[in-house]
Amino acid sequence: MSAEDPVRGMQPMHAPRALAPEAVPGAGRVNPTLGSVLVVGGGIGGMQASIDLAEAGFAVHLVERLPAIGGTMAQLDKTFPTNDCAMCIMSPKLVEVGRHLNIHILTNAELEGIEGEAGDFRVTLRQHPRYVKLDACTGCGDCAAACPVHRPDAFNQNLSERRAIFKLYPQAIPNAFAIHKQGTAPCRDACPIHQRAQGYVALIRESRFADAYRTILEDNPFPSVCGRVCNHRCEDACSRGQADAPVNIMALKRFVSDWVWDQQVAGAWDAAAFDSRNPSPAASGHRVAIVGAGPAGLTCALDLVRLGHAVAVFEALPVAGGMMRVGVPEYRMPYERLEQEVEQILREGVELHLNHRVDDAPGLLRQGYDAVFVAVGAHQGVKLPIPGADLPGVTMATEFLRRVSLRNLASDDGPGAAAGEPDPSLHVREKRVLVLGGGNVAIDAAMSARRLGAAWVGMACLESREQMPAHDWEVRDAEEEGIEVFASRTFSAITQANGHVSGVDCAQVNFRGFVEGRPDFDILPHTEEHIATDVVIFAIGQRPDLECLKGRAETVRGRFPVVDGDTLATTLPGVFAGGDAVTGTTFVVDAIAAGHKAAGSIDCFLRGEPAKRTNGRLPIAEQDPVEVARMLADGTRSSAPRAEPTRRLASERRSDFGEVYAALSEAQAMAEAARCLECGVCSECLQCVYACRAGAIDHLQTEQELHLEVGSVLLAPGVEPVSGTIRPEYGFGRYANVITSLQFERMLSASGPFAGVVQRPSDGAHPRKVAWIQCVGSRDTSCGQGYCSSVCCMYATKEAVIAREHDPNIEPTIFYIDLRAFGKGFDEYIERAEQEQGVRYVRSMVSSVREIPGTGNLRLSYAGFRADGKPLPQEEEFDLVVLSTGLKPTEAACSLARRLGVRLNEFGFAESPAFEPGETSRPGVYVAGAFSEPKDIPETVIEASCAAARVSALLAEARGTLTQERTYPAEREVAEEAPRVGVFVCHCGINIGGVVDVPAVVEYATGLAGVAYAERNIYTCSQDTQQKITATILEHRLNRVVVASCTPRTHEPLFQDTLRQAGLNPHLFEMANIREQDAWVHRGSPDVATRKAKELVAMAVSKARTLRPIQCGSVAVVPRALVIGGGVAGMTAALAIAAQGFPVDLVEREAELGGNLRHIHVGVAGSDPQHLLRQTIARVRGEPRIGVMTGAEVLEVAGYVGNYRTTVRRSDGERVELSHGATVVATGGRERRPEAYGYGELPSVVTQREFEGLLQTPIDGAAGASPRSVVMIQCVGSRDESQPYCSRVCCSEALKNALALKQREPQAQVTLLYRDLRSYGFRERLYRQARLAGVRFLQFEPGEPPVVTRREIEPGRSAEQLRVRVLAQPGKEPVEILADLVVLSAGIEAEPGNASLSRLLKVPLTKDGFFLEAHVKLRPVDFAAEGIYLCGLAHSPRSIDETLAQAHAASIKVVALLAKKELAATPIIASVNPRLCSACGLCVEVCPFGARRLEPGDAYAQVVEVLCQGCGACVAACPNKASQQKGFEFGQVREMLEAALWEPA
Amino acid sequence: MTAESGLGRSIDAKKGCDATMTDSTYEPRIVAFLCNWCTYTGADLAGTSRLQYPASVRIIRMMCSGAVDPVYVIKALTEGADGVLIGGCHPGDCHYQDGNYKARRRTAMLKEVLASAGFNSDRVWLRWISASEGKLFANTIAEMTDALRLLGPTPMRQAWSV
Repeated sequence: MSAEDPVRGMQPMHAPRALAPEAVPGAGRVNPTLGSVLVVGGGIGGMQASIDLAEAGFAVHLVERLPAIGGTMAQLDKTFPTNDCAMCIMSPKLVEVGRHLNIHILTNAELEGIEGEAGDFRVTLRQHPRYVKLDACTGCGDCAAACPVHRPDAFNQNLSERRAIFKLYPQAIPNAFAIHKQGTAPCRDACPIHQRAQGYVALIRESRFADAYRTILEDNPFPSVCGRVCNHRCEDACSRGQADAPVNIMALKRFVSDWVWDQQVAGAWDAAAFDSRNPSPAASGHRVAIVGAGPAGLTCALDLVRLGHAVAVFEALPVAGGMMRVGVPEYRMPYERLEQEVEQILREGVELHLNHRVDDAPGLLRQGYDAVFVAVGAHQGVKLPIPGADLPGVTMATEFLRRVSLRNLASDDGPGAAAGEPDPSLHVREKRVLVLGGGNVAIDAAMSARRLGAAWVGMACLESREQMPAHDWEVRDAEEEGIEVFASRTFSAITQANGHVSGVDCAQVNFRGFVEGRPDFDILPHTEEHIATDVVIFAIGQRPDLECLKGRAETVRGRFPVVDGDTLATTLPGVFAGGDAVTGTTFVVDAIAAGHKAAGSIDCFLRGEPAKRTNGRLPIAEQDPVEVARMLADGTRSSAPRAEPTRRLASERRSDFGEVYAALSEAQAMAEAARCLECGVCSECLQCVYACRAGAIDHLQTEQELHLEVGSVLLAPGVEPVSGTIRPEYGFGRYANVITSLQFERMLSASGPFAGVVQRPSDGAHPRKVAWIQCVGSRDTSCGQGYCSSVCCMYATKEAVIAREHDPNIEPTIFYIDLRAFGKGFDEYIERAEQEQGVRYVRSMVSSVREIPGTGNLRLSYAGFRADGKPLPQEEEFDLVVLSTGLKPTEAACSLARRLGVRLNEFGFAESPAFEPGETSRPGVYVAGAFSEPKDIPETVIEASCAAARVSALLAEARGTLTQERTYPAEREVAEEAPRVGVFVCHCGINIGGVVDVPAVVEYATGLAGVAYAERNIYTCSQDTQQKITATILEHRLNRVVVASCTPRTHEPLFQDTLRQAGLNPHLFEMANIREQDAWVHRGSPDVATRKAKELVAMAVSKARTLRPIQCGSVAVVPRALVIGGGVAGMTAALAIAAQGFPVDLVEREAELGGNLRHIHVGVAGSDPQHLLRQTIARVRGEPRIGVMTGAEVLEVAGYVGNYRTTVRRSDGERVELSHGATVVATGGRERRPEAYGYGELPSVVTQREFEGLLQTPIDGAAGASPRSVVMIQCVGSRDESQPYCSRVCCSEALKNALALKQREPQAQVTLLYRDLRSYGFRERLYRQARLAGVRFLQFEPGEPPVVTRREIEPGRSAEQLRVRVLAQPGKEPVEILADLVVLSAGIEAEPGNASLSRLLKVPLTKDGFFLEAHVKLRPVDFAAEGIYLCGLAHSPRSIDETLAQAHAASIKVVALLAKKELAATPIIASVNPRLCSACGLCVEVCPFGARRLEPGDAYAQVVEVLCQGCGACVAACPNKASQQKGFEFGQVREMLEAALWEPA
Repeated sequence: MTAESGLGRSIDAKKGCDATMTDSTYEPRIVAFLCNWCTYTGADLAGTSRLQYPASVRIIRMMCSGAVDPVYVIKALTEGADGVLIGGCHPGDCHYQDGNYKARRRTAMLKEVLASAGFNSDRVWLRWISASEGKLFANTIAEMTDALRLLGPTPMRQAWSV
């Protein structure tokens, strides 16, 4: 569907295939069947289903919520019962899914809903933004190294941290990073310029002050100003304010700007390097004039210059900065800082004309400017129209402050001298000064007057002290400096004496606010007063001087220009206005915001594009107060109080213009920054953008809704562990050393948080005594978890065993109720753990866990028993406690199922109808894995294949209609050419280039023999480089290619594909791994790394020179299957294969079909096994694609995968040869004949199977009467010396039959004698029902089995009675039961015929006589030999549903094989040189796949190419070098060795 | 300089010690044959995890440790490798069922042959390192480098290079 390379991840969007009726079979029908499938969940189940379906000819969309596939299995360390490394066995599958042409992975995506019906669904997906472009990300990790935000790493179960930009785990597929955004941080949201406050705060915490400065400058060219005079709405919005006090964001901003200033002063700042981070843009050719060099004008100018426009700024004053310069007094804002920031703007190319008053702004459009931005500010003061307002000695704050700020610049000729006005200090020195107004400007004027030497300064305003617009702290500072405040005053007149101001008449008011711009108050009677003063300064408002608009733009009452709120365009085309000129006096940050907005819309205007309206932003990230309290309490966040900068003493500061507030110290700033709650998670600081050389980061990605058309939906969303807090008495969350099993799993992992070292979270100490507590959130109706989670007993044992492997001092103890080791090889595993690996098992439920203060150790209380069997409460101390937490469906999966109309059971798992594993209540929607019932990995894999088989049957007619194949140009013949090697050396951004001298490596490569061309690339794997390499191969007629970059494991297929695009055989390629195995591991020694890189390239070139094209052989496939065994497994497999469109031969040894199912009568929950039997036989008989042979036996097997020839003797004795491409072994197993408890001698001792038969007849007991007392004995012929494995189903069978009897004979006394009751999964329901129904359960120990003896016949009873004695646990209480019937749960044993069949098929058996699958975990229905599969009891004991699932699973393997017209061999297979072969046969002996053949009389050994897996074992074994492995030939290895060890003379 | 018997000693006796090869400048050279599925992947993980180890090793990727022909090891040693590492999957984890067991048998046999030829067989290491054991890989290279440094340069190198 997509031509994107699958290794690098698919494009998130695929054009879904349009419904082209003529393109699909069934055209013209209303609902054509679609050959595509949506698989939900990228865990091992979803991956397996995807592979099966894609291999079987369907296009698969694999949807995963997380940024990478892998699921829970990726988090596991080892797997039971083989102790395989989970990641080792899974990563080939990950790569296969990632590379498969017909599997399209959609990460960060969720299924919203589906419409339509089976075969023809329309699905809606929600794709969450990743903020990283999948096709550009190379997975190098530079971004994460730059990210300042640390988060608990959920993948490591919060035992370690990751960054806000992260890769889920090292081997993740897609191999790309993703950003975790919670939303927009409230601080950023509240700021008019959306300053990335959380970003620079985080960088300050990391002591990255220069980076913080860069982040600030992203939004704000005036950090030193806004770090001092902002009203910091960010702090008002700060979530930390809810807890104690907001983060002192403004002080932190100032700290950074001061730090940079100090660096500059010290000469340690490289301004050129810093500036060069903003690359010069391409010139647009447009010119923009800006009127006014205040914050709005300069911001706009800077933005426009960065967009490539030429900008000229005209400023009337002799200084730049506008109100920042002439409105803010120097004691608040040292002018040198502002000048430095203006300088920084000018360095980027803004042209500034000072002392240049623009009289006609629109006229600039005629002078060659394409747009004009009017940002003249509001510099005109306002006076109250009261008597005396025009007296000498009355001035306005704007004028006053301007003169104060410019006083040192005053000269005769500059207009800055304010036209001959006197020095403002002369104006107020030794005088009484009264400022009228209560805002910040009033305070500034008052304080400035104070500093200029006024004898007395007062402030009077309408507002009350509380209502004053100035900040409270400002008023407080003013009062400290001796400024008298007259609040709630109205002024009636300015009085005069001798033509000069003498005072102000005022009266007190009750001011209520402004109504329609006019003050609303009453004068309080008899409060008139006169305030004596020499100078009156009006600070009651400011207006813009709009002269320059010449009245041509529309205005609001002549005061402010009318502008569009989104674009700031005035009514004059091309003329824009913003800042105080439009809004009246506001804050600097608002003016900066206006500047940004104007620049954006002017840019659009110039480009002729419609103005961008506000773009969609993320929702605001809220913090839960409870969560905040927790973070402060547990130390996740600093609980320190807010840091406040120090102030100079009032007595000191009021006499000069030195800065009042000091900056925070470095330590203070970092501590203050650590108080940030990081609300948004990603702080959008953009450090990742700067770090990423591939340009892969895109913070502007938004959520997408995707629509696809698929034939079927397969749900494999998996499960999650229940929280450790589900049993509060165990102290999880309160005691550091109580952890969950998944945490322990991560602890064990070599790539986990502690690199595999088992250590206590509290102190890092190595624990000695470790306890596992089983059934936490399992088998526990009190917390709604009434089922068994099936895997905990085994994983706990595995964890205990592996822990001891890591640290032999560990003494593990597992507290359990029943040990449920019911799977293939499980019981032996437990046995070994207990006998050989020192794992102690205690059958007891732990009642409580308490921490022992001081040590962090834990005291466990549980019920124990004395030697005499009396109960005795026990207490025991442990260093570490692991809770074996159960599994439950995720809330997301449940709500998805509800949206889809898929029925869930009472526990929230998807419910499949009886005997229909993989089906859901909605046709066309299937389920696999633990979401249908808790299960282990092999069962999940089986079910995944089962569900895939059902999909494959549903969509059989559309098979192959939507899949894709790549096409390539014809391969160029190069065998005769001399080697012309092309070498491509990768910088990998700075990953390689930062350590290895890449140009030197290229130069070195150029000199190597055979090298015709060498070059280097920043990212060799990028799409454009691939095209370049293709062109280079053609241009230079290269016939071998070496890429020196990263590991071939992930990237070889990509480059091989590029070779094919260029017409070269893909095997003329070799990689030199100079990243993972060089640059990254020798970072401290660039010289050494460079030398090693040269040698690695030399090795690769040496090998490349000798490479030969490899043609993959192929063999035609016979599209027919053979199923051996006509029980329910074989019949189901045959039916499933037939349903998927392929003919089958079904061979059954017995005279009739049905196998063991013929003897099973009692179903669970109303199901009817006999109905299943009849129905299945009828369907088999009625299916034309199935040829049935009963009474037939397999005699001979010849051939190999795709081409088997099997000879069968029919019931009539005739031999027939069947041709088939694949074989399914379903030969079943049988109930073992008991050899104990008097079976065979005592007629009232029967097996469960016999008992089931009895239950079908009118019960008379064995000898006539209805049994009043029945005793069932478990583990008869299971888990003993002769048959050491658990037969898995007997416990559930016994429960089922006990319940059936109870239902029929409620009075009957049923006693069940057992060792461990293994009612795993939902079978736990049966156990509970049986207990409720009054079935008695007595547990016995293996060494003390029950004893059954005959009892003399009671008078009046015709039947014999039996006496059963048992030592019941706990406490070994002797119990004697009289029974009418003793039912033995006899185990399942392997078919004796397996041995001969295994020899015929050349497939192995386990020591118990069952067939041995290829891989216990991931290939449960496959044999190592290709083309042969197995299911049912032939594999291991299992229930009917499990057998059915396995039969379906085997069917899709068969179909995936048969659906291929021909099978391609692995390229790197063995080959034989007949001249050298001495036919010794060693190769045949060592080949694990039967791929080497030497028949008697052969002159030399052969390779069966389709069977060869390319391991090379035969090559190493060959004494004559007759066997060679393609791509790893002897001569090629020799060349590499010689190159590796060559030393220049 | 070398304390090895047989071949090494006779060469030493004939040619004497190479004066330039003092212990302080001697950097062992290791050739590593690593299986694709476990140890090579583990070596990659060492890189991904940015673990640092000596630059003494040159890795040759094989599909399986069971494909490492003893002749390769001998060839490496005669070409002047100070040590040879064969890395495979842990027992039971082999991608090809039992290739690592084959490697184990072959290596045991090879070391006997080497020893009987008077060669110090401690120069040949066989290690099981899984795909998740990046740290073990880095440690192994560091350990092996140290061990080879103690053994001194291979006698083969002196023999052929003078």
